[in-house]
Amino acid sequence: MPAIAEETEKPNIDIDRSVGDFSYKMDYAFDAGVGLNEQTIDYICDVKKDPDWVRAFRKDGYRKFLEKPMPTHWASHDLDNIVFENIRYYLSQGVTPSRSWDDVPEEMKQTFERLGIPEQERKYLAGVEAQFDSEAAYSNIKAAVGEQGVIFVGSTEGLHKHPEIFRKWFGKVIPSSDNKFSALNSAVFSGGSFIYVPPGVKVKHPLQAYFRINAQNFGQFERTLIIADEGSEVMYMEGCTAPKFETSTLHSAVVELVALKGAKIQYVTVQNWSANVFNLVTKRGLAHEEAEIKWIDCNIGSRLTMKYPGVIMKGRKARGEVISIALANDGQHQDTGAKMIHAADETTSNIVSKSISIGTGQSTYRGLVDIPPHRKGCKNNTECDALLINTNSRTDTYPAIVARGNKNACQHEASVSKINAEQIFYMQQRGLTEGQAMSLAVNGFVNDLVREFPMEYSVELKRLIDLEMEGSVG
Amino acid sequence: MISAPEMPETTVAPTSAFPAWFQAEQAAALAAYESTPAPTRRDEPWRFANLKALDLEAFVPAPPIASEGKLITASTGIGGDTAARLIFGNDTLVLRETASLPAGVIVQPLAEAARDHEALFREYFMAQPVELGSHKYAQLHKARLSGGGVLVHVPKNVEVALPIELFHWVEGENASVFPHTLIVLGENAKVTVIDHFKSADGARAFACGINDFHLGRGAQLTYVAVQDWSRDTLAFHLNSTLVGRDANSTALIANFGGDYIRGESLSKLAGDGGRSVMLSLNPLDGTRQIDQRTLQDHAAKHATSDLLYRNALDDKSQVIFAGLIRVEPGNSQTDAYQRVENLMLSEDAIAHSMPGLEILNDDVRCTHGATSGGVSPDELFYMQARGIPEDQGRRLIVAGFFNSLLDRIEDESLRARLAALVAQRFGVA
Repeated sequence: MPAIAEETEKPNIDIDRSVGDFSYKMDYAFDAGVGLNEQTIDYICDVKKDPDWVRAFRKDGYRKFLEKPMPTHWASHDLDNIVFENIRYYLSQGVTPSRSWDDVPEEMKQTFERLGIPEQERKYLAGVEAQFDSEAAYSNIKAAVGEQGVIFVGSTEGLHKHPEIFRKWFGKVIPSSDNKFSALNSAVFSGGSFIYVPPGVKVKHPLQAYFRINAQNFGQFERTLIIADEGSEVMYMEGCTAPKFETSTLHSAVVELVALKGAKIQYVTVQNWSANVFNLVTKRGLAHEEAEIKWIDCNIGSRLTMKYPGVIMKGRKARGEVISIALANDGQHQDTGAKMIHAADETTSNIVSKSISIGTGQSTYRGLVDIPPHRKGCKNNTECDALLINTNSRTDTYPAIVARGNKNACQHEASVSKINAEQIFYMQQRGLTEGQAMSLAVNGFVNDLVREFPMEYSVELKRLIDLEMEGSVG
Repeated sequence: MISAPEMPETTVAPTSAFPAWFQAEQAAALAAYESTPAPTRRDEPWRFANLKALDLEAFVPAPPIASEGKLITASTGIGGDTAARLIFGNDTLVLRETASLPAGVIVQPLAEAARDHEALFREYFMAQPVELGSHKYAQLHKARLSGGGVLVHVPKNVEVALPIELFHWVEGENASVFPHTLIVLGENAKVTVIDHFKSADGARAFACGINDFHLGRGAQLTYVAVQDWSRDTLAFHLNSTLVGRDANSTALIANFGGDYIRGESLSKLAGDGGRSVMLSLNPLDGTRQIDQRTLQDHAAKHATSDLLYRNALDDKSQVIFAGLIRVEPGNSQTDAYQRVENLMLSEDAIAHSMPGLEILNDDVRCTHGATSGGVSPDELFYMQARGIPEDQGRRLIVAGFFNSLLDRIEDESLRARLAALVAQRFGVA
């Protein structure tokens, strides 16, 4: 893991918070219109030429979506502000992504070039997929990786071209009925990645997906399925941005990971949606014997994020891990956490969550650790630390731990604190402004977690934290 | 549907009858109880709860007790002298010893207090809202409250050196009792109160008890509940403590008995500089269940709260702990701590832990922890190597687990007596 030297000069910070805050006027070839009903779903199925079983799956998801109540008996009442009738559920320029940048439509190309996607691909990525509203605009994988038998395509292409693997796992880790938003996603999903890594293949460089919302009132519902076959390893990274529109936007993804015996999956997210996006995501992994699934999750943007990445440790000695950083600024609510189900003996899990609340920002940790009956040798460690910057900042912690039997061990620790005034004073004595000192202290608070991120992401993360901290003092 | 145990008018003895105005409130409380829907698991305060256990259908009003003398003899308490002793059998007063109380201190049944100290009673009796889920059962308690309640009032600057011991006995198949302890401490008052909840037989019973504690400025309260209902009893114990400025409350709840216990403890730090220590020790075995919900509500500055709950679970027992530290806006310099520890002694035991925080101020130090684990084989081996059989070693570890919790009780002689009680319970005395 690349370590970031504390003392090195920070590179010139030429990115600004508004890097994602632009949109192009698009003429969409396919538009399902505003609102959701059976016809919308049929429209999506027709455009995407879905097989019958997918159509049935979508309809079933839609029924479950209607049946399920909003989870406001425990979750934020801000959810009531989502008006499902006002959302556009499908917008695209066509369902086949380009393999080369030259073929990507001009406006989309400009979008992704401004966000630096092709540049990153050249530099260090093994494969890239760039999703623009409902469909992938670009999808490419380096020849060497493709030759190893690694499949990296959009979910639509995955279900058409690789049904034998796709269908076996699709919807199995997260059933449509898991929650209201997974049901909604099942009804209208489009885009997202399908990845298959053959046995024993270790993908050296990360695969990346970039999710972009361009249109106002648009709902993005990507669906990602990653299968790492026996003994394989893969790292997947996703980034996401949207312009700041006046009205709210919904992003509701479902991500399913399957790590077969001895496989390792790392899933990295840097979520920087603009502050009008409801980000309601269901993410879960299934770890077979001796497999390892690690979620590295960083939430900086959005209006309300509700995301609790989970690992079901199904095989002996499987391991689950969630590393989570959340930063809630004025008007934001980061409701994040983790879910660990120890369904087999000798499984271990680790949850480390750090949150920072600035101004009226609210960060919430919600967790579930469950050790079912008759397990032995299971271990869980959970640490949640919250940092509050201003007197009106808020943090909540709601863990639930269900331990059964005397042959397992669970421990949970959480703390809430503010920035140490003496540290700030010390730094100011040495010539730093209060803002710089605060920024440094916050970076120090999350530093041990930032190290877990891939190099490029950890640099970006530090910059984002610096930017968020600007003007938060006083 | 859950129905209230029927309670004919005649069971309220004329000597302990409440005044008419309170009886009218009781009628209203019964109506409120009946119209309030029963809890469901979708209600957050009842998450994971075994709601089937709350069937009150079979319970009946407690009959007159068979032998007062037997109960009095059996009311041994924790030993040592007391400042006052009240013994209730099936919500009827059977013994009152208040001669050693300092002047001005009131220790009397609630029905008398409602007459003699009406203003005090009106101001403090169930004045705090029941926030942790059992408001329905609090209404039942109020409706059925008869002779089993006590008012302890210590006026300003009075210290009661010796403990006040209160005994609440239940007797008879499916008998219901409604014990209540109302403690009101004036400025700088100091007292130790010990509640004993006991069954005269091993019969199934229902208890629905409430405690209201009000600590005035600088007051100091040490409260101990030794809950020893029969192993077939369904009980609610709903406690609320209001801690005034610079006041200091320490409450220990020891749950030795009961089949299903629902405990709710709320400590509201209402005055700056207040301190509340909340302790509970819960040895469980068989299929017994304890469901405890707590709230440390920081509504003032510079206040401290410290919660430590320890559970030892054997056989198929189950425990639920759901705690919350809430720091309201503006309450700087809060120091709050919350910890639950589960010692798992068998393969079938289940522990649910939900330690929560809601912090709306940055100038705080709040931490919580939850652990669940078994007895370390190394520790057992260490003792076996020194000739202590495994079974006894295990009991020593459990007793030690509970004993170290008692360290947080400041009163040395009380601590020693409670330690002796724990040791005796685990056969390691």
